[in-house]
Amino acid sequence: MNARLKWRKFVSAFMLTMTGVCAAIAVSVLFFILGHLVYHGGTSINWAFFTKLPVPVGEVGGGMANAIVGSAKLLALASLVGVPIGFFGGIYLAEFSGSKVAFVVRYAADLLNGVPSIVIGIFAYALVVLPFKHFSTLAGGFALGLMMIPITLRSTEEFLHGVPRALREASMALGASKWTTISRVVVPAAYRGIMTTILLALARVAGETAPLLFTAFGNRFWSPGLGQPTAALPLVIYNYALSPYEDWHRQAWAAGLVLLGLILMVNIVARVILSRGVAVPRS
Amino acid sequence: MPASARSAVTLNLTPTSLPGTGREVAAPAPMRLTVAKVNFFYGAKQTLFDINMNVAANRVTALIGPSGCGKSTLLRTFNRMHETVRNARLEGEILLDGQNILSQDVTLLRRRVGMVFQRPNPFPKSIFENVAYGPKINGAKEPITDIVERSLRRAALWDEVKDQLHKSAYELSGGQQQRLCIARGLAVEPEVLLLDEPCSALDPISTAKIEELLVQLKDSCTIAIVTHNMQQAARVSDFTAFLLVGQLVEFSPTPHLFTTPSDPRTEAYITGRFG
Repeated sequence: MNARLKWRKFVSAFMLTMTGVCAAIAVSVLFFILGHLVYHGGTSINWAFFTKLPVPVGEVGGGMANAIVGSAKLLALASLVGVPIGFFGGIYLAEFSGSKVAFVVRYAADLLNGVPSIVIGIFAYALVVLPFKHFSTLAGGFALGLMMIPITLRSTEEFLHGVPRALREASMALGASKWTTISRVVVPAAYRGIMTTILLALARVAGETAPLLFTAFGNRFWSPGLGQPTAALPLVIYNYALSPYEDWHRQAWAAGLVLLGLILMVNIVARVILSRGVAVPRS
Repeated sequence: MPASARSAVTLNLTPTSLPGTGREVAAPAPMRLTVAKVNFFYGAKQTLFDINMNVAANRVTALIGPSGCGKSTLLRTFNRMHETVRNARLEGEILLDGQNILSQDVTLLRRRVGMVFQRPNPFPKSIFENVAYGPKINGAKEPITDIVERSLRRAALWDEVKDQLHKSAYELSGGQQQRLCIARGLAVEPEVLLLDEPCSALDPISTAKIEELLVQLKDSCTIAIVTHNMQQAARVSDFTAFLLVGQLVEFSPTPHLFTTPSDPRTEAYITGRFG
């Protein structure tokens, strides 16, 4: 009996330690990456990094202003493609469709979410790059937008489902049509959650490289308008990290740091939005 | 509806007043809602059987009965809220001022027949916006602030909230939230107000306030209330309908139903032998 009790105590302590260690590893990976980026890239980050164009190999200085602006343009385009389709599709799924249609759409969205990003890139290449006959911001934004659709769609649906039925009934009982109810009660009640996931979806695609390889392609200079190949932070990291030059490696680390910093910031903003203000009671 | 047709309905369907019960029933009021041969189904399951009754104008009509007897279902057919549930099917006729509600535009119908639900369900908006919602979506001509103030006064909530109209409705107590929901319903000036167990989630003091309010609202509104609480029905209503497993067992003036029920099942229920 005593031995048994000892054994049980041992197992309990062992499992507690093991799960704790795993949790610690999970957290420390992030801090390890962050620390590594700061260590290698921190020194290359200065004002010029954000304002100057890249310089040829051998010259000192230069920055990634074009890649930062390029990423911003790509993300803006991606939002224009991904957010409306995902958002309104999610509304349809949650509010209008029958259970069979919903099942099919949901399943398709989950599959689309699982499509490797390089395949999305090839698709955008065939659909946008080939007809226009050159790489462009447009094609890159389109590819990233496609990746945003399933994330936005599924989470919009989920957050709308979280809005209590009682609120819909209250609105309908006042003579509101279904669309009025959705646009003035249901969506505002779920708005916080939807905004959060849109931001998280943006953060997610901000770091994608593969869909940009043969759509945005990369550029050492400014890319005016939407019809030219453009630089983007993940592309620059990819190209610079593969290069043989010490200088470029440092710049790649710095770009990684900037990218991760941006993504972390978006995440934090998203959390703040989600946690602030009145929460809608769950039904 | 011509006066003669209305009086015919009155003759057929009004519960007669009973002399000698000690409480005089008010003079027969015109019918606002008439329920004729209503059968109701969820999918294949029938939950209401051949219901005939009516709701008198400017009176409080209570629907009582044990859980699952169909009283809420019946109430929800009065403004066609049953249609928000999939597979729900209604047979028969429900007339509002002589017009079949099933052939009317549902949003216009619900403007005329408002509803307050079991649990207070204010929108996640400010107190002001909650009340203003109905008039706004229905395109009110009067200034919204006037409507909001009047509705909150009618719901006996104005004095408690007039200095905090822009606070979230969720900061109010449960009883205040329910009165806010009543104010929200009143803001579209409904002719009929349906209440589905409005006090079941409230404490006794809040309940008393709402009951008092219902009696005041009778002057301007016709009221139908579902309640689980027989004392409440006895206190606030002029007519009471007793339902049992989807059947209307008895429908009489309230004093009559509670003192000299004509059906043994009614008597068993109100004396607490079941339910």
